Amino acid sequence: MLYLPGNNPNMLTRGYLFGSDGIILDLEDAVPMREKDAARILVSKYLDLGEFGSCEVTVRINGVDTEYWKEDLAAVLPYKSLSGIRAPKVDTPETVKILDEEMSAIEEKNNIPVGHTQIFCLLETANGIWNAYDIAAASKRVTAIIPGGEDLTADLKTSRSYEGTELEWSRRMIVIAARAAGVDPLDTVFPRITDDEGLRRETEFIKQLGFAGKSIIHPNQIPVINAVFTPTEQEIEKALKIMRAAKESAARGQGAVSVDGRMVDAPVVKRAEYVLQRAGITEVD
Amino acid sequence: MALNAAGRDIPDFIEGYGKTKLFQGAFAVKPDGRKAGAKLRCAESGCTDKRVADIKAAIIASGLKSGMTVSFHHHLRNGDYVVNMVIDACAELGIRDLTLFPTALFSVHNKLVEHIKSGVISRIMGSVNGPIGRLISEGGMGVPVVLRSHGGRPRAVMAGDVHIDVAFIAAPTADKYGNICGSQGKSACGSLGYAFTDAQYADCVVAVTDNLVPYPASPISIPQMYADFVVEVPSIGDPAGIVSGTTRVTRDPLRLLISRYASQLIEASPYFQDGISFQTGAGGIPLAVTAFMKDAMIKRGIKGSFGLGGISGYFVDLLKDGLVEKIMDVQSFDPEAVRSIGVNPNHIEISADWYANPWNSGAAVNMLDVVILGATEVDTDFNANVNTEADGALLHGTGGHQDTAAGAKLTIIAQPLLRGRIPCVTDNVCTITTPGEVIDAVVTEYGITINPKRKDLLDACSQVKNLPVVSMEELAARAKAMSGPTDPVENTDRIVGVVEWRDGTVIDVIRQLA
Repeated sequence: MLYLPGNNPNMLTRGYLFGSDGIILDLEDAVPMREKDAARILVSKYLDLGEFGSCEVTVRINGVDTEYWKEDLAAVLPYKSLSGIRAPKVDTPETVKILDEEMSAIEEKNNIPVGHTQIFCLLETANGIWNAYDIAAASKRVTAIIPGGEDLTADLKTSRSYEGTELEWSRRMIVIAARAAGVDPLDTVFPRITDDEGLRRETEFIKQLGFAGKSIIHPNQIPVINAVFTPTEQEIEKALKIMRAAKESAARGQGAVSVDGRMVDAPVVKRAEYVLQRAGITEVD
Repeated sequence: MALNAAGRDIPDFIEGYGKTKLFQGAFAVKPDGRKAGAKLRCAESGCTDKRVADIKAAIIASGLKSGMTVSFHHHLRNGDYVVNMVIDACAELGIRDLTLFPTALFSVHNKLVEHIKSGVISRIMGSVNGPIGRLISEGGMGVPVVLRSHGGRPRAVMAGDVHIDVAFIAAPTADKYGNICGSQGKSACGSLGYAFTDAQYADCVVAVTDNLVPYPASPISIPQMYADFVVEVPSIGDPAGIVSGTTRVTRDPLRLLISRYASQLIEASPYFQDGISFQTGAGGIPLAVTAFMKDAMIKRGIKGSFGLGGISGYFVDLLKDGLVEKIMDVQSFDPEAVRSIGVNPNHIEISADWYANPWNSGAAVNMLDVVILGATEVDTDFNANVNTEADGALLHGTGGHQDTAAGAKLTIIAQPLLRGRIPCVTDNVCTITTPGEVIDAVVTEYGITINPKRKDLLDACSQVKNLPVVSMEELAARAKAMSGPTDPVENTDRIVGVVEWRDGTVIDVIRQLA
């Protein structure tokens, strides 16, 4: 999911073209204090009139510890193009509940089904990471939890290393908490925008941990991430084989079957489904 | 007035240009008659040294008089000292009313504005931009400029449309008897491609060098039998302006996206096979297209035959990596290209005539499979404008745009849909430089737009999964929606520029800004 500065019309207009799964219209860190109001107006106009292709659209609002967050929510929630909000610095389940209440009121006022707008929670403190499961389970609106990068590192009283050692445990915690709560674990950004090789390595690592995707700050990072997350032809072929075998077995009323000498049971089918989902294949013939 | 084949109203006669020949179609006009030629002459008996003391002495010795035509090449680009040096000297000698016939001018030549205002230069046949372009666009010159393509220029000389009285050839290396080389010396510029025709067809040729070497110079681009005089000067140019730094592929995401689509179109075309030839130039998008093509060539095991045109270090790397067999270089853009042309026999120096002249027995562009070009704007009939800005002011020379578009089997214009808030796709371009009949596709960040006459390309693209093909109507509507309505350019009736198609017919005229 690609962050786009909410105060930059050029990037907002073209951000959806670059092939990311989603775009995040940023009202928080990318926007200087003096431009908060202008960016909010711009983003709300863009949500009303803009084009998004097949991108999922979210808005990163300002934190609940600021004076802006309620105005941010009121400005963006009324638009159908919005899938969810990305909430920064979510430390406890209470933060989710505060957001939930405010969002419900806005949705009700605008004749939007209450609960329609999702919340993507950014866990940017040690406290947030510690409470990861409770945050993920705090509301049905919560769709994903995401570890912080720079802020979390600062809160851990360390610095950002090339290898990302300092974030490793937090990332593992996020994956376990998210999966346990039935939400998506999404990874933080990779800050070095010209280091394609470092990005590839980190993306392979977080994919292996179990993350469902990664946030990005530059369009040039998209092809690298897509290359890692898009299943290879062999992976797709194998998944299709498994799904076909499982389908046939179910039709015959059988349980587990074998494909290429390996037992296909429910977890294997689930993984195959996930591979096909990532490849954009919805039906198996 | 009569409509030409591009739909433009062209007067029968243009003051300061003469009787016009209407553009009839990209390939409609065939040559007849015989080539024009330079004055017959011989070296002075017993003369083994053609050197003269300085530029003024060379001007006097050449017989240059008021009202004559002087030519220059632009291989020293924005580092060139020679044009200013010669015209300053002409002014000091009281020579006026000159026709300037450069292959191109750069911002380093902006001081010519003073010589235009004072009457030293009364006519320019060649590209004008910056302050000179502005001056002419606003009516500051008595007669219109004539814009010709890189191939149209040698054609005009050979056909006798233009006669060069004196050609001043900036020579990075020369010997005392007039052998000239571009790849050696402190002001090395690589290929001297644009200077060849001038050397062959001018009545008098003056080599201006800052690197005089013992006779005979080696290697030799332009041999001694064309040079009448040699002048040694402290410096012919600023190396920093002659060659740009190492060319790097852009990281601008929008340009990379456009380049990726252009490369995908090339890959989908029937030309992406062993032996493919291409010209991509050195701009941000063309270079990135080359980089994507390189990846695709490696992935699919394809090797190219030759790269053509203006050559950068990136092309030199393709040659070294064996991804193209040869480079045909009319202009070397950077130090790597300059080095390579001096040492690698597969890096071939070619003249503008060889490169692009439509009226010879076969130019290199005719062998071209794919060319990537830019444009200020393209219209819904695929006509392209590279000569004027959206405000109607003269902006660029034609370069090889017309020639490569006419020659290549696949001509792609790759550019963003808008520049700032100015749409690059419009209903009607301000000036037609290159007609839509020779443009096959326009590629923007919104996808690939194929000229409907290329059904084969449309079919080829439909075979490829996820190739974003967008119709011209959709693209134009999107540009309009994003930019809002634009006011038409306000002009007077006076013609300040004549755009010739490469065959010498008039494809469009440029009128004075109101």
